[in-house]
Amino acid sequence: MMTDFKRPSTVAISPAHVGAIPLSALTAGEHGIVVELAGGEGLQSRMVPLGFTPGADILVLQNFGRGPLIARVRSARIALGRGEANKILVRKELG
Amino acid sequence: MKHPHIVQHPPPVEWIAKERVILVALAGQPNVGKSTLFNLFTGLNQHVGNWPGKTVERKEGTFTFNGTTYRLVDLPGTYSLTANSAEEVIAREFIIREHPDVVIVLVDAAILERSLYLVAELISLPVPLVVGLNMIDVARQEGVEIEPEVLEAALGVPVVPMVATKNIGVQDMLRVVDQVAQERLHCTPKPPQIRADHQQVLDQIVALIDGHVPAPYPNEWIALKLLEGDREITRAMQQGMPEERWEAVYDVLRAHDDALVAVASGRYEWIGRMVRAAVTHPRAGQISMTERLDRWATHPFWGLLILAGILGLAFWLTYTVGSPLQDLLDTHVVGGLAAWARTALAGGPPWLVGLVADGVIGGVGAMLTFLPILVIFFAVMAVLEDVGYMARAAYVMDGFMHLMGLHGKSFLPLFLGFGCNVPAVLGARVIDSPRARLLTILLAPLIPCTARLSIIAFLAPAFFGAAAPFVSWGMVILALSVLAISGILINRIAFRGQRAAFIMELPLYHLPNGRTIGMLVWQRSISFVKKAGTLILVVSVVVWVFSTLPGGSVEDSYLATVGRWLEPLGQLMGLDWRLMVALLASFIAKENAIATLGVIFGTENGTGLAETLAATFPPSTALAFLAVQMLFIPCAATVAAIRQETNSWRWTFFSLAFLFVVSLLAGMAVYHLAQLGGLG
Repeated sequence: MMTDFKRPSTVAISPAHVGAIPLSALTAGEHGIVVELAGGEGLQSRMVPLGFTPGADILVLQNFGRGPLIARVRSARIALGRGEANKILVRKELG
Repeated sequence: MKHPHIVQHPPPVEWIAKERVILVALAGQPNVGKSTLFNLFTGLNQHVGNWPGKTVERKEGTFTFNGTTYRLVDLPGTYSLTANSAEEVIAREFIIREHPDVVIVLVDAAILERSLYLVAELISLPVPLVVGLNMIDVARQEGVEIEPEVLEAALGVPVVPMVATKNIGVQDMLRVVDQVAQERLHCTPKPPQIRADHQQVLDQIVALIDGHVPAPYPNEWIALKLLEGDREITRAMQQGMPEERWEAVYDVLRAHDDALVAVASGRYEWIGRMVRAAVTHPRAGQISMTERLDRWATHPFWGLLILAGILGLAFWLTYTVGSPLQDLLDTHVVGGLAAWARTALAGGPPWLVGLVADGVIGGVGAMLTFLPILVIFFAVMAVLEDVGYMARAAYVMDGFMHLMGLHGKSFLPLFLGFGCNVPAVLGARVIDSPRARLLTILLAPLIPCTARLSIIAFLAPAFFGAAAPFVSWGMVILALSVLAISGILINRIAFRGQRAAFIMELPLYHLPNGRTIGMLVWQRSISFVKKAGTLILVVSVVVWVFSTLPGGSVEDSYLATVGRWLEPLGQLMGLDWRLMVALLASFIAKENAIATLGVIFGTENGTGLAETLAATFPPSTALAFLAVQMLFIPCAATVAAIRQETNSWRWTFFSLAFLFVVSLLAGMAVYHLAQLGGLG
């Protein structure tokens, strides 16, 4: 599967968001707080109504390190392609 | 139900005498139970069509309550009102232009926060809103308790708690809708306020666009959509405004390109306040049934195994129930009808007998015999969709479908193609991205359907003896390889490798609702029979006329003339005019290829036909013929479905031309390779 071996797309991380990691870096059971949405306006406008807005708590339900992953955001389960998950920058929450 | 903040007036006298139809729109995000509620309200008084110029399903129905007639329009399920797809545009255009008397917006109590997002958008529009708080039972199971009265007070619009699948709260909803429509219930909606710094920007844009906003769109709403970067509205305003005025608007927008996220965050802050007030018991940390099931259903290995099991079951159903029914219909209903027509018209001119018995009844009959398989596939799709499994199947197949520029949602429709290409094309509706939907429709005819497989099953043993299973398997592999390569190529060339983002909600699992499934199967079958029926009828009559005129026999008909005319082309693949005619005849129904060869070789009903053919043609020709017919232009029913679903003759003809060329190329390649390989 060609797409799975792609590196995470490079995203510009502003200094205020040091320590922010892509959602795809979280493993199952880990929480993250959305810091920033990278990616174009088209992708953003599909993501924000689903609840991916800065400050939202995301729980990763499934992530096998390749292929799509599943996250819980605002009590809904959302499946995301790896490319899409790379564009959601989160701050990892402990516990 | 009490409405503490809502003033209830006695009905004004003039309402009683007046008779009018009240227009109600049903809005909601996907998977909130809209169809169930729609079916409960309208029963069989509903009509399914398409939104004008779009391939999005439009459901409309009527019902009466308290002596008033209501017209209910089901809006497409959307997460927001920003133009990401045709659905959002349809929903908001309907609300703004048609100005329904009441808009019911259904929310999922178990996903309250997320489903209130659409409410946050709708409440800012100048239409009376009623919120249906659906699935309170599921929310309770997840440990979430919501106080509807508090939510109602906070929103300033009526909130009706309900469980649509159990018919709970539906009467309350009707009562409230009735009160709002009769203007006996006055509400003061409390829409979300935009953040102060953005309000300034918004005011600036409102002032700039003032006088250029087409009626009936509210200025504030247009300004907000511009801030959110809505493509549709941006384009419309750019075209409708003097250039220097637009430049000014554009400068403001460019200076605030983070507004999309800011506006959405503002809505979620507003929602947060609603939820904090109304939810007494927030969701506990327990693992829900859905999450436990998903550990298996979405697992990269077990998930595929479960999917394979479910699909196996679907095929088992088709073959044990569908095929016998198909045969019964074919011999008794279609055959009986044709025989009856022959007797009834015995005194008439022979052409009339042939036209009715072979042309009309033969053609329509072919479609009729499709129905059992179609109904079974529709039912399987509807059940999988209703219980929430469809999204899981899409999820586990996503990686594989990537290769063709598709994503997981295209898998099930394509897989259905093995039964019959028609439900595969119709099933592509579940795909939300228009491009992926189109690509799926274009690829569906490359899946070898049962009819095509039966041709192989008929011819392969006579030609290849013990190697027949190997040949059949090779043909299937050939078709699937062509499908994969075509997918990659069409995606690269026509769509420039773009691929819609894969973002998909995995809804909660729930028990299937018989009524919802029944209605879905019924509507899809009826709509297919109605729309495709006419086209199939016309095509069958035309092909029949060509295969009969001028002499009355296939051998010297116009069809044979065309076949002979095509013979030079056929020669490239080792096919003579008889095999070309068989290919052409397979356009009505794939099985016709064999029937036509039977007529030409004078062996009715295929007795000894396979042996005759094996004695007439070399194996290389047989291989080429099988390869071509696997990939050839689809049957008339599939073409009708492609036309219906793409809503475009251009894409329909593209599909035909594409398959024609591909099948001929494959035929030539197979023929020459077979000859090189020493197969004569």
